[in-house]
Amino acid sequence: MAGESDAGVVEAQAGVNGYELIHAKSPVFYDLYDRKSELKFQTHYCPGCGHGIVHKLIAEALHDLGLQDKTIFVSPVGCSVFAYYYLDLGNVQAAHGRAPACATGLKRACPDKMVIAYQGDGDLAAIGTAEIVHAANRGENITCFFINNAIYGMTGGQMAPTTLVGQKSTTSPFGRRPSNEGFPLHVCELLATLQAPAYIERVALSDNKNIMRARRAVRKALELQRDGAGFSLVEILSPCPTIWNLDPVEARRWVAEKMIPEFPLNVFRDRKPEVAVANIPQRAVADVLEIAQTQESRTVGRHFHPFENLSFKIAGFGGQGVLLLGQLLTEMGMREGLDVSWLPSYGPEMRSGSAHCYVCLSKKRIGAPLVSHPDVLVAMNEPSLRKFAPEVPSEGLIFYNRNSLPTDIPQPQAPVVCVPASEIADGLGSAKAANVVMLGALLEATECLASATALSVLEDKVKKINLLEIDRRALEAGRRFIDQHAHDEAVTQPDGFAY
Amino acid sequence: MAAQMRGKVTIDLKECKGCGLCVESCPPKCLVLARELSPYGVHPAQYTGEGCTGCGICFYCCPEPGAITVYRLAAPRKTIAAEPGGAHAAAL
Repeated sequence: MAGESDAGVVEAQAGVNGYELIHAKSPVFYDLYDRKSELKFQTHYCPGCGHGIVHKLIAEALHDLGLQDKTIFVSPVGCSVFAYYYLDLGNVQAAHGRAPACATGLKRACPDKMVIAYQGDGDLAAIGTAEIVHAANRGENITCFFINNAIYGMTGGQMAPTTLVGQKSTTSPFGRRPSNEGFPLHVCELLATLQAPAYIERVALSDNKNIMRARRAVRKALELQRDGAGFSLVEILSPCPTIWNLDPVEARRWVAEKMIPEFPLNVFRDRKPEVAVANIPQRAVADVLEIAQTQESRTVGRHFHPFENLSFKIAGFGGQGVLLLGQLLTEMGMREGLDVSWLPSYGPEMRSGSAHCYVCLSKKRIGAPLVSHPDVLVAMNEPSLRKFAPEVPSEGLIFYNRNSLPTDIPQPQAPVVCVPASEIADGLGSAKAANVVMLGALLEATECLASATALSVLEDKVKKINLLEIDRRALEAGRRFIDQHAHDEAVTQPDGFAY
Repeated sequence: MAAQMRGKVTIDLKECKGCGLCVESCPPKCLVLARELSPYGVHPAQYTGEGCTGCGICFYCCPEPGAITVYRLAAPRKTIAAEPGGAHAAAL
């Protein structure tokens, strides 16, 4: 192994003097750790910490099962936050307590990958209680490794939900009292009341025998995930010599003498894989979105996008389809291969209150979805025009849902296109289609996206056939209005645009 | 000269933090903490040179990924069938 020559362990190679290599650093670990230049060979864990042992057990199991290249490891907040410096896997570092939520998303997006959520007791049993309970209750096909050391280690020894009764910590200096701080939380027992989990076991790093049991549990949990069995969790009672103020050997004994009586070692759930598979309810993201089926309708003709970035602010009364218009533009941009964002903003007043949304279309990655100076403002009512018109720069464009501007407002610096969209929509039979009339006008005037895409998006979004027909006519009416009023000499070209 | 030991263990001084868990765990008690300090200022684990059976317990008790490497005397006549546990099954 390459790491050994760096580390200076070359005196007995495999086969030398008749000896063969039995146990060595797993290739799932990086040869050198890049966290700190002066500590490239060591982990950052304290001497005697249980994390290193659990990392080692996971690494060994993944290597033996041949899953290293298929595994995504979600590290928590806590001492093991830096696991990504050590484990040569796909790594994601989740917000405090949210590893099972991240793991859920990862697993559903990549159902063929192994997803491991690795959490401590402060992370899983305190701030992340909701996430672990619901991930387990959904029976997500992920594996959680729960390192329980009865204390917050990284932050300096505060009381955790798993802290033992009477155990002193910086926040329970006279020992934990059930009357004030409640009883230690038994996560395995709690999760074992749920129907969905496939495998739940509690093990300990208290002595040689228990470490070997932990090794089998880790391996079993990973095998179950590989076989699609569903949610598995292994709780590992683990020493924290530094915070417990014990030397590593005493700390290991403390796990056996104090922790195991409170947290009995047991297999709380062990479903046979085939039973568990029948139980698992999830569908992958691709299935949910029916991507395969709608792929065809998504392929639309190539359209030239005459911009690098284009930002919209769409404003009006709630109920005018302001947010939907933004969604339509976003979906269209997405189908035409642009980067898009949609950010709705509506106050507490939903119906007939004011609402607006921001849309960004870009050929590059979008940094922020908030738009302070939109290139295009769509004002579906007068208050929106008054409020937002000054934000549009002179090279921008304003669409206003009336025949003409109000006489008492100062002339905006940007040109204004007046489209009586509500009237046109009324004439078509549904005032609700005003936003689609505006979309048609907007596409015709700016040529930012293809109207064929708009049609395909509407066909997917609008389920009622008669409404779809109105929308189709509304789109056309909006385009025709611009043709006739804005560009009198415009001729419709073969690509469907008039210029 | 003494007969060849069944096992052999090496300690990487750059990784060992001197926690002593391997010394405590070793069934034949063939590991000790060295008198000398390592470059990191700890008393690292050290093989006494006698008694190692190659059981691998110290490897699993050690929190560092690669501080301990375990070797076992090859037994050419005994072929151990590959079990689902992989190369480490024999250690159990």
